[in-house]
Amino acid sequence: MNFLSLFVLLPLLMILALFLARNRKQVLGIMVTGSTLLVVLSAYLAYLYTAARGNGATDPMLFTASLSWFKPLNIRYAVGVDGVSVVMLCLTSLIVFTGTFVSWKMAPLTKEFFLWYCLLATGVFGFFITIDLFAMFLFYETALIPMYLLIGVWGTGRKEYSAMKLTLMLMGSSMILLVGILGIYFSSGATSMNILDIVRTPIPLEQQYLFFTLTFFGFGVLGALFPFHSWSPDGHASAPTAVSMLHAGVLMKLGGYGCFRVAISLMPEAAAQLSPLFLVLTAIGVVYGAFAAIRQTDLKYINAYSSVSHCNLVLFAILMLTQTALTGAVLQMLSHGLITALFFALIGMIYGRTHTRLITEMGGLMKIMPFLGVSFVIAGLANIGVPGLSGFVAEMTIFVGAFENNGLLHRILTIAAVTSIVIGAVYILRTIGKFLYGPLQNPEHTKLGDARWYERLAVIMLIAGIVYLGSFPTGISDMINDSFGNLLQAVKN
Amino acid sequence: MEYTLLILLLPLASFVLLGLLSNRLNHKTSGVVGTGVLLLVTLLSFYAAWNYFTTQKAGGVFQSLLPFNIPWLGMGPQLHIDLGILLDPISVMMLVVISTVSLMVHIYSLGYMKGEKGFQRYYAFLSLFTFSMMGLVLSTNIFQMYIFWELVGVSSYLLIGFYYTKPEAVAASKKAFIVTRFADMFFLIGILVLSYYTQTFDFGALTSGNTALFQQALSITFMGASALVWAMALIFIGAAGKSAMFPLHIWLPDAMEGPTPVSALIHAATMVVAGVYLVARLFPVYVVFTPEVLEGIAYVGAFTSMFAAVIAMVQTDIKRVLAFSTISQIGFMMVALGVSKFEGHGGLGYMASMFHLFTHAMFKALLFLGAGSVIHAVHSNEMSKMGGLRKHMPVTHWTFLIACLAIAGIPPFSGFFSKDEILAATYQYNTGLGIWMTFVAGLTAFYIFRLYFSIFWGKENRYEHHTPHESPRTMTFPLIFLAAVTLLGGFIPFGNFVTADRSEYTIHIDWLIAVISIVVAVEAIFIAGMRYQYPGRRLKKMPSLLQGFNRAAQHRFYVDEIYLFVTKKILFNGISRAFAWFDRHVVDGFINGLASVTGWVSVKIRGLQSGEIQWYAFVFLLGTLLITALFLFI
Repeated sequence: MNFLSLFVLLPLLMILALFLARNRKQVLGIMVTGSTLLVVLSAYLAYLYTAARGNGATDPMLFTASLSWFKPLNIRYAVGVDGVSVVMLCLTSLIVFTGTFVSWKMAPLTKEFFLWYCLLATGVFGFFITIDLFAMFLFYETALIPMYLLIGVWGTGRKEYSAMKLTLMLMGSSMILLVGILGIYFSSGATSMNILDIVRTPIPLEQQYLFFTLTFFGFGVLGALFPFHSWSPDGHASAPTAVSMLHAGVLMKLGGYGCFRVAISLMPEAAAQLSPLFLVLTAIGVVYGAFAAIRQTDLKYINAYSSVSHCNLVLFAILMLTQTALTGAVLQMLSHGLITALFFALIGMIYGRTHTRLITEMGGLMKIMPFLGVSFVIAGLANIGVPGLSGFVAEMTIFVGAFENNGLLHRILTIAAVTSIVIGAVYILRTIGKFLYGPLQNPEHTKLGDARWYERLAVIMLIAGIVYLGSFPTGISDMINDSFGNLLQAVKN
Repeated sequence: MEYTLLILLLPLASFVLLGLLSNRLNHKTSGVVGTGVLLLVTLLSFYAAWNYFTTQKAGGVFQSLLPFNIPWLGMGPQLHIDLGILLDPISVMMLVVISTVSLMVHIYSLGYMKGEKGFQRYYAFLSLFTFSMMGLVLSTNIFQMYIFWELVGVSSYLLIGFYYTKPEAVAASKKAFIVTRFADMFFLIGILVLSYYTQTFDFGALTSGNTALFQQALSITFMGASALVWAMALIFIGAAGKSAMFPLHIWLPDAMEGPTPVSALIHAATMVVAGVYLVARLFPVYVVFTPEVLEGIAYVGAFTSMFAAVIAMVQTDIKRVLAFSTISQIGFMMVALGVSKFEGHGGLGYMASMFHLFTHAMFKALLFLGAGSVIHAVHSNEMSKMGGLRKHMPVTHWTFLIACLAIAGIPPFSGFFSKDEILAATYQYNTGLGIWMTFVAGLTAFYIFRLYFSIFWGKENRYEHHTPHESPRTMTFPLIFLAAVTLLGGFIPFGNFVTADRSEYTIHIDWLIAVISIVVAVEAIFIAGMRYQYPGRRLKKMPSLLQGFNRAAQHRFYVDEIYLFVTKKILFNGISRAFAWFDRHVVDGFINGLASVTGWVSVKIRGLQSGEIQWYAFVFLLGTLLITALFLFI
């Protein structure tokens, strides 16, 4: 048994333990222990990975293992990681950990909530460690289904509508994805669904066109590809805080991750030829999401549209097909994961106090809850790419990388995407100026308190991640960058 | 000279410390910590300057020094962002300017901000700003400069919005950030273009005069201009945004909502000249490879300086007068860079520009701090609420007068020397431009003495709160110090230190130009005195045409309104609303429509599955008959 499987095993054990838990205290105890172990595990993995690469390990995937799962179709439970999966695993464990603390006062049905929450985490972790197409798909579905219940039961607002919409749209796209995956397997002539095998047996170009489109689209919808993003604002707005965090922070990254791991790595020739079409969509998405965010008044919708813009930027960067842009895309996944999780955490905490998310009904909250206020400003500044915070590193890597691709269309689209740094500033500063600054709007709000210890812990962890990535990006950036060497060789050929 | 790293790290440490401990510290401690750190930084900066200018000269030319440089973020096979320290004449000069003004502002704020809520936060932000500004001038590569460029923008945003419960301050901070961000976007695109073709961010490589480096950028043309021209023009737009050149100047007057010492530091002496510094930093590229952009810079500067000076003549808020004055003076610096050549005597403009940057930083900071002292005393920014203050505030009065004389260009104050060099450089370039700038110099003398006479002379106002009195020692000391610098700064042999080609340049005053400009200035001061010293003696009414012009100038020529129209009406209400609507109705509508069609269809076909045996039997029979019929007929 490979130690990577611990990432799946641990959440499963947590589920088991939660079944046996008898009261809230035990539930929280299990969650805190389990998620702490996950954080430790991912940090240890990052350490092992760096050490292995330092010792000259050159395989595309490290720590690989493979078990037969379903013989007739050659489906195997195959695991392995490269730099990209390692950083995504670290991100996931951090967000699962902070999400636990954010849900400290979760009620009702605390136990059931965390059960589904752990199942969601299992799916996400599993997705990042597997390198078998079918196992990936399985874990992907495992992550989707708990979403429906988590939003439908513990959500707020139009929760049934949102849960249904989110589930149906993502299920619809995963159906298309499944066709694509099977197509890849059958047309490649590989003897297993392991992507390392498939890479070695190239797929004929005519088939690549079809299956690239199917898989890119299938994963793209989860990555909020314009114009198939509309599940995300409603879904985020209705979901409970920790679920929004996990969803926007990690689950949407599954889309971007899948796009390059499957669609681009396996079908690089078709990617190179079909990318302009999708590039146009993503570039529109970047600008469109930012503009749409300006008009919103609900904090969650503002962040949701901001996420649409940033997630489209991830896809945009992936499609640029240069090593730097791909590195930037992964950095952006990390950065956006941290920032959006922080945003949703803070919005949840503020909503828990004021019982409104409309910025028109709040004002001057900075004076009343300075900790939350300052944290929100930091999140905002990170979101608009202030140096020293993670957004800057990611966006700049993307823009420089996008410029390496010197097609005229690529240039124009890159410049269009760059405008988002200004539009982003508009909606963030407008939001901050409206509800944190200015005179106090609702006198009732003076009675509200600032963050509690468990809230502070979650917020500080996320901010630390943002500052670390923004100030000391060298190691992480190199680790990601190294993983793309082989991939781009294929694109060029 | 590795110790220069401390110049960066100390303010950063101070920011982190004050920021994290914030309310746990009392006012006094945080003020002392902030100011103490700055004192250390200042001493280090002066030592570095002395050290650099005395030792780093080889063959009559100052050498560039990289005491520290580490890779920070790799971007592709060749590009990488480094963080480091570059010492050369202009960066060392900027160290002195920034640390001096910053220290004075720190000391001044001890008195000015006393008892303000958020005193610790204020000092934390000042430290952040000092760190960012130092990082900006010490940058070894253009991307590092962009990083700190953004950071000074953020510090400026935080400090303008210091009084965050005041809606005007919040709006002003937002405006400042977004307008400069807009310009920074062009800067960024410029960097992207430049670095793509040259494959380097490094200033050393870019300014080495290596023609091969720019070969590709010069050979590729887009819309009639080479890629290099585009890149350098785009970078200049970034510089114009930070340095408040027309039409990107609109944020600076509003930025006066921040505390006055902040205006003195950021919006007069240091951050706003970052654009000038950027052009100076890339000057070898501009002058050799893209002279057409440089010419454009000269005209933008010339137009802005006139435009802002005209507006400054009619403003009534003393900080706004100074803000427009700053814009106008930065215009002078831009003009000087624009008209400069690289080598020998042709490089006069470059030297003059840097000289003016230096002297202007001192006397404009002095003017702002003086204005702050006045505002502190009378609790208002409006000129009409002041008058006759010279008796109550002698120190403020005298130091302010020195600064006014300096900016008006009266010898022997520092502004005279630097402005005279700028005028000489413009006459060298083009007589028309020379006359234009001389005229602006006249306007400068007029508006600044209009300000001076309105505050310190004229009829004494009846002060509501209490009689105004001189400010405390912490506030007057910086005034006296800066006044001393203003008095003596003009005699610094600047050409020995900072020149375009880094070799020595002997300044000699062109007396013809000097005399003309002095005469113009004295005349302007005289007119201002006549008009504003004795407000009882109002001049006769202006002709109506001039009145219209006057009104337009008071409204800053409606540039803000144009912007407001574009942003509010077109972007916010037009595009943004349309997008939001589109998203709710078309994108979502399609999905919802799909869902309802599915629902409708399922309702319709649900009837088939009714559970009635007879119905099933009937359908079964019908189906059998149909199939039989099909088989029979085909």
